[in-house]
Amino acid sequence: MNFLIGAFKPACNISITFSDGKSRKQENGQTVMVPLFQSQENIAGKISIEPFQGKKIEHNGVKVELLGQIEMYFDRGNFYDFTSLVRELDVPGDIYERKTYPFEFSTVEMPYETYNGVNVRLRYVLKVTVSRNYGGSIVEYQDFMVRNYSPAPSINNSIKMEVGIEDCLHIEFEYNKSKYHLKDVIIGKIYFLLVRIKIKNMDLEIRRRESTGSGANTHVETETLAKFELMDGAPVRGESIPIRLFLSPYELTPTHRNINNKFSVKYYLNLVLVDEEDRRYFKQQEITIYRLQDS
Amino acid sequence: MMLNGAEDEEKWLAEGIAGIQHNAFYMHRALDSNNLREALKYSAQMLSELRTSKLSPHKYYDLYMRAFDELRKLEIFFKDEGKHGVSVVDLYELVQHAGNILPRLYLLCTVGSVYIKSKEAPAKEVLKDLVEMCRGVQHPLRGLFLRSYLAQVSRDKLPDIGSEYEGDADTVMDAVEFVLQNFTEMNKLWVRMQHQGPGRLREKREKERNELRDLVGKNLHVLSQIEGVDLEMYKETVLPRVLEQVVNCKDDLSQYYLMDCIIQVFPDEYHLQTLETLLGACPQLQPTVDIKTVLSRLMDRLSNYAASSADVLPEFLQVEAFAKLSNAIGKVIEAQVDMPAVGAITLYVSLLTFTLRVHPDRLDYVDLVLGACVKKLSSIPKLDDSRATKQVVALLSAPLEKYNDIVTALTLSNYPRVMDHLDNGTNKVMAMVIIQSIMKNNTCISTVDKVEVLFELIKGLIKDTDGADVDELDEEDFKDEQNAVARLIHMLYNNEPEEMLKIICTVRKHTMAGGPKRLPFTVPSLVFSALRLIRQLQGQEGDIVGEEVPATPKKIFQLLNQIIEDLSNVPSPELALRLSLQCAEAANDCDLEHVAYEFFTQAFVLYEEEIADSKAQVTAIHLIIGTLQRMNVFGVENRDTLTHKATGYSARLLKKPDQCRAVYACSHLFWVDDQDGIKDGERVLLCLKRALRIANAAQQMANVARGSSGPVTLFVEILNKYLYFFEKGNQQITGAAIQGLIELINTEKQNDSATPDSASDAFLASTMRYIQFQRQKGGIMGEKFESIKL
Repeated sequence: MNFLIGAFKPACNISITFSDGKSRKQENGQTVMVPLFQSQENIAGKISIEPFQGKKIEHNGVKVELLGQIEMYFDRGNFYDFTSLVRELDVPGDIYERKTYPFEFSTVEMPYETYNGVNVRLRYVLKVTVSRNYGGSIVEYQDFMVRNYSPAPSINNSIKMEVGIEDCLHIEFEYNKSKYHLKDVIIGKIYFLLVRIKIKNMDLEIRRRESTGSGANTHVETETLAKFELMDGAPVRGESIPIRLFLSPYELTPTHRNINNKFSVKYYLNLVLVDEEDRRYFKQQEITIYRLQDS
Repeated sequence: MMLNGAEDEEKWLAEGIAGIQHNAFYMHRALDSNNLREALKYSAQMLSELRTSKLSPHKYYDLYMRAFDELRKLEIFFKDEGKHGVSVVDLYELVQHAGNILPRLYLLCTVGSVYIKSKEAPAKEVLKDLVEMCRGVQHPLRGLFLRSYLAQVSRDKLPDIGSEYEGDADTVMDAVEFVLQNFTEMNKLWVRMQHQGPGRLREKREKERNELRDLVGKNLHVLSQIEGVDLEMYKETVLPRVLEQVVNCKDDLSQYYLMDCIIQVFPDEYHLQTLETLLGACPQLQPTVDIKTVLSRLMDRLSNYAASSADVLPEFLQVEAFAKLSNAIGKVIEAQVDMPAVGAITLYVSLLTFTLRVHPDRLDYVDLVLGACVKKLSSIPKLDDSRATKQVVALLSAPLEKYNDIVTALTLSNYPRVMDHLDNGTNKVMAMVIIQSIMKNNTCISTVDKVEVLFELIKGLIKDTDGADVDELDEEDFKDEQNAVARLIHMLYNNEPEEMLKIICTVRKHTMAGGPKRLPFTVPSLVFSALRLIRQLQGQEGDIVGEEVPATPKKIFQLLNQIIEDLSNVPSPELALRLSLQCAEAANDCDLEHVAYEFFTQAFVLYEEEIADSKAQVTAIHLIIGTLQRMNVFGVENRDTLTHKATGYSARLLKKPDQCRAVYACSHLFWVDDQDGIKDGERVLLCLKRALRIANAAQQMANVARGSSGPVTLFVEILNKYLYFFEKGNQQITGAAIQGLIELINTEKQNDSATPDSASDAFLASTMRYIQFQRQKGGIMGEKFESIKL
């Protein structure tokens, strides 16, 4: 892209700076560090346009847009903007020298978090457009990230369940909560009520299920983000095995439910027992992940 | 197949070690460069080598120890927050991010140890967390080693009394709780090993498990080291909890080992105070558990404890240790129907040892133990298990050793009943032990009752038992045994003649049943024992009044007569003859002429009828002559009869030299060098002359036989007799006769020059020197000898 632009020699250099860019927390976007915001924040800054080599730029107006986009990878290039705000920066005219425009979007509603999934991407971007009649418009993008924090849920029941295969394996497991924040720790235990199979080991997996599209076009992608060995060897009846799984080492996101009817991201705890013949017995339970404000 | 298995294992071990070394190398590098992340990564990888299932416990231990050493270095690194910059609390979380449980828990234990040391959290919390988290490893071998690691790193960090980790209140309880829990889990894992894998490898598995047992037992050791575990806590918490686990695990290997462990690691006074609880667990153990050894060790310990100091004895009494132990043993034997006899008896042996040490004054206890043993023995067929027999011997020997006094044992009514259950051989061994004990301690058995009991005990030695195979007897052993019995008879002594006589009668009754092989050994002792009594009575002759007194020499002689007669019937004529002569001599001393005569008659009868061997005859006749010579009780007539017989027999010996010697010996019968002894010079001379004649005949026979004369020794011997009587003043022996004899000898010697005989030459020479000496001495004797011309 860059060298393409280089080939056509862009007429000007557009830079976007955020007013609190120095102090704002940066987050790792996909490849570069980008500023981090949350919903209801003011997004303000400056945009400077500097023509090259004393050239003048004739334009039909300069505007900046704040876009929230959902991009489906299987539907390449087709963005769906769920948020779009525009600020006109300049009326049509000429720019001879470096010109700086302040801008501000105040208390912007950004209900969704930035998300980079397997099949879908949700991003926020500032788009500066210098409209021209000929030579095409000059466009510059600046990504930024959005993270939204939730309060601790008032109701957070434990997950407790007894499962089994008749006359073969009966277990009871318990996870202390059903909703975990990203740095949380899952505490629980597995209680063996009946063991007639020779278990080799038991793992707890964290699985992310990303479903995109709807109806017949639904794509579901499941990833195992964590595989955490809970038990080594075969327990006997009456054993209770502790669970303590710290979530912080894993790259989790909050659970996203039906984001703009485009996609969902859900998390599951999958308890897997493997017997000596490598047969797997598992039970999957959904958990909700949320982002808790760092204190 | 097996060989391959072993080779494979070696290979796997080598791979494991290589893996550990490889990762340890990178771990060291990370440690050196203070790179925590790398250190954790490589240590986890290193510990992953311990996830193997392919190694036997022995090899796994090797691997574990290598990892253990590396973990020490890691721990040092963890301790130094300055190096890695992470607080120990965070570190404690950080290591839990590891995906594999085994490395995760090893690291957690390592950090946990540092955590406790940092005192940023109470030790009990950390320990509790660690011991709980370790539940995740359910694989027996790996779990055991992991928990062993936990035990190892936490040992010096328990919140014990006086420990720097001691918390506010009651933290000892936490320490105990922690160790108990770890112990319980380890034991479960250990037991579980037994039930894994195919059944055919059972033996191998047991062997492997045995190698691991100390890992489990270590926990008990740690418990015993906790300062805060006082008697109260031991009684209320520790022991019940440990026993609960022991009983519930239902595994014989574990139960045996752990019971033993409990007994060995905790102090004796604790055992004493908790006997009931401890013993109460025994009948609940699996029937295959070797309880006898366990209980034996317990009793050994307790008895050692009792022996260590007299101060502790009241404690034993207070807790009624004996009753409890005895009770427990009864229950165990009852519960374990299949317990072999040896087991039960071993238990009784231990109990007996215990009793003897703790309650040496309670003979009733000893008898009680023996009684219980009899009861057990009666319920089973004759003992044919050599180990069981050995134990019975031990059982019976214990009281002997303790009391150093057989008399005590004789009062134990169950003692002989136990002996009845022994086989013949062992019975004898035991009897020997008893006798040796008596000998060693010089015990005097002084009543008939005791003698009766004693002989009942040693009857295996006294007579042939039914069904005993005589051929199997070892000659030497038999001799030893019988000699021992003979010695024993001398130990039966009472100063009171009546009682002594009764004892003798009892001994006789028993020994006479002994049969031909035993009598020659036992009778002499009996006879001399009786003779001793006679001499004693003789010493206090004045006291004996009337017929009523049962112990008179006459009676005893009568008894002796019968005894000797019995002996001669065996037949053992030579011995009978000697004993007869002994008796005769005793009778002589008692002035009982006809008794003495009777004994002589008996001797002659024996000589005539029973002694056929010519050499034996020679010995016998000399004995007779010697004894007869000393007799002074006989009247002329009796004496004549006897001497006549003796000379007659002498002349009829088979060989000439023997005849000659016997005959010249007879000369002494006519010359008793006492004040009022008989001095019949004429008959002396007759004897000597007769001896000379026989000597001559012998000489001639030798000439004929070998073409040269025999030795002149006989002549020299006769010369000596001449000289003796000459010196003693026998008028019939003249200097001239002696002179003649000397000449005769010289002539014979010259004829005999072909075969010089140095012994007889020397004999003659010294005889001549003697004559010379007497001549030169002067005085009456000198004058007398002057008459001998040389």
